[in-house]
Amino acid sequence: MILNEWVFVGLFFLLGPVLLVVPIALSKWLAPKRPTPIKQDAYECGAEPVGLAWKQFRAEYYIFALVFLVFDVELVFMFPWALAYNKLGLFALFEMVIFVLLLVVALVYTWRKGALEWS
Amino acid sequence: MEAPAVATELYVLLSAVLFILGALGVLLRRNAILVFMSVELMLNAANLALVAFARQWGNGGGHLMVFFVMTVAAAEVAVGLALIVAIYRTKKSIDIDLLHRFKD
Amino acid sequence: MFTVPSLSDLNLAATLPATLLALGASVLLVLDLFVPKGRKALTAWLALAVLGVSLIVALLSLGDVVDLGTGEGAFFGLYIADSFTDAVSVIVLVTAMLGVAVAYNYLERTGMQRGEYYVLLLFSALGAMLMGAAGDLVTVFVALELLSIPLYILSGFRWRDEGSEESALKYFILGAFASGFLVYGIALIYGATGTTAFGGIWAATRDLLAADAATKYVLLLGAGMVLAGLGFKVAAVPFHMWTPDVYQGAPTSVVAYMSVAAKVGGFAALVRVLAWGLPDFVLSGQSAAAWQSTVWLIAALTMILGNVVAVAQNNLKRLLAYSSIAHAGYILIAVAAMGTAGVANEAARAVVIYLMAYAFTNVGAFAVIVAVERDDGGHTDIDNVRGLAKEQPVLAASMAVFMLSLAGVPLTAGFVGKWFVFKAGLAADLVPVTVIGVLTSAISAYYYLRVIWFMYFEEGEGKAQIAWPLAWGISVAAIGTLILGFFPYLLSDMARGIALAFGG
Repeated sequence: MILNEWVFVGLFFLLGPVLLVVPIALSKWLAPKRPTPIKQDAYECGAEPVGLAWKQFRAEYYIFALVFLVFDVELVFMFPWALAYNKLGLFALFEMVIFVLLLVVALVYTWRKGALEWS
Repeated sequence: MEAPAVATELYVLLSAVLFILGALGVLLRRNAILVFMSVELMLNAANLALVAFARQWGNGGGHLMVFFVMTVAAAEVAVGLALIVAIYRTKKSIDIDLLHRFKD
Repeated sequence: MFTVPSLSDLNLAATLPATLLALGASVLLVLDLFVPKGRKALTAWLALAVLGVSLIVALLSLGDVVDLGTGEGAFFGLYIADSFTDAVSVIVLVTAMLGVAVAYNYLERTGMQRGEYYVLLLFSALGAMLMGAAGDLVTVFVALELLSIPLYILSGFRWRDEGSEESALKYFILGAFASGFLVYGIALIYGATGTTAFGGIWAATRDLLAADAATKYVLLLGAGMVLAGLGFKVAAVPFHMWTPDVYQGAPTSVVAYMSVAAKVGGFAALVRVLAWGLPDFVLSGQSAAAWQSTVWLIAALTMILGNVVAVAQNNLKRLLAYSSIAHAGYILIAVAAMGTAGVANEAARAVVIYLMAYAFTNVGAFAVIVAVERDDGGHTDIDNVRGLAKEQPVLAASMAVFMLSLAGVPLTAGFVGKWFVFKAGLAADLVPVTVIGVLTSAISAYYYLRVIWFMYFEEGEGKAQIAWPLAWGISVAAIGTLILGFFPYLLSDMARGIALAFGG
């Protein structure tokens, strides 16, 4: 019966907050507090943090991120293509060649504009 | 054990809630990035509805649309972020309430 | 039964105007990288050539009368090649060619000369063309974004200038918001009918209404949201808020192009969705399609608000922005008329005729502002055309032609457009909204004639900068406006073959 399945969901909602609150409260209550400047630093894998996190990042990061994003998402069209390839044969190959050529146009543009170089 | 079948109505209800949250976010938020995230929420709410309907109808039309929405959303993100960065460089702020140069 | 498609199923030949444009734009994107900075005239010429070739192909197939039921579909019905497609393509391509001509000098003297401008313009023109060719909601969505995203970038083309950046961000945020509505509307329509193809939606609507299922309200909501999404593109009230700010802030050459292209695309898609997908969506107890009353209400509001607010404007770009809102209202009368059975085809023709007339007139009017504008983007107020007739008689005369055409004075293209639109409105028994159209046209004469008054009867320095591509663009627009006004049958001939609605 479907209602039984929902009981689990209900339990999940009830238990979730409890499991979250209890350990935090316990550690607040039990743990000794002896703060030092080093302990209060932001944790950055052991290296000492320098400056604030709210600084401007280099524009290159941003351009890389955009280029990655666009090319990454285009892959979405290739998964169904790969699955249906056996059935579709030459037709699918032709279509994908056009698609990849369009991506190549974009890549050539990005390249020539110098967006792929870390200057 | 087979997963319990959730009715399409529930998915569509959830997507409607998400869509309204997104729309409210666009109307009420002042930070351009957050406005932008709200727009993405609206698009993804629509995606959820499309996928739910596609399961209901048992055809691929909804999935096909979702692919296009995803890729177009990525293109929108690229352009939108570029605009926000450009505005930040000139104005040092991305508060959309500051966009009031033009008046009647 | 699944059959393996072959290449000929794509029917590429039918999509030739669009395919050529897509190919040309992609090639130009790469070619432009090798054009040295000082010689971007080459890119502009190549863009014109691509548009010209595509235009010739579209014109050649314009005469063919293709019935929609048997209309040549391509890409498995995603692309429809009928007369409506060709007519929309012609309008868009003419607009884009004028757009290139208007832009070249302006970009040169304002220091914005970059090859991307022309490439983006080509891509957005492709988007507008595909909206007219859409046979499926998926095509509508992708084409809408292909139209819009380049326009967002073009609005911000004068970056580092706060006004341009602001207009781009505003346009972008509101545009993305509207796409959200469009996509959700598409999702609901798909949910109600199980398909995104217009033919399928049309067939499913009949079954839905026959079964009298509650699902029809899902369809109604979906249609409403699609209407909102496309209403934004064409700047219909209450989705018009972006228009004045974006038009004022964006580079004027961009506005000249986009004020027409975005409207053509938006209306083309509206016609496709409403006249083909949902013409028989008639709720019980009503005689016209369920969306008709909403559309004519929007039309009335749009005409009233656009024309009334335009009266108070002193900036020319802003004035024309409100005027463009008002014109969206006139076209919406014809769109509403499509909801009455039997009038749909006549109304669709009226939409096309109006858009063709509007293309020449509006690009021309903005081109004159381009000539008057200073290099820093200022000098676009109505005061700045004072005395233009004395210093630049030909320019002032052209502007007068455009203003008269926008006002709808006989013997101009604008009159022909209004004539057909009002006729369609009356044929569909939409008397009140048609009367509002006529009355608001009378209001609009005030602010259009005011511009003419300032040019001819006020003293001022009347300075303008005209170089030959711009002069060429303005002349073509002015001559086009007059020719279409003197020979209206050119327009009705172009639209003659359009047959959209089933049994319409």
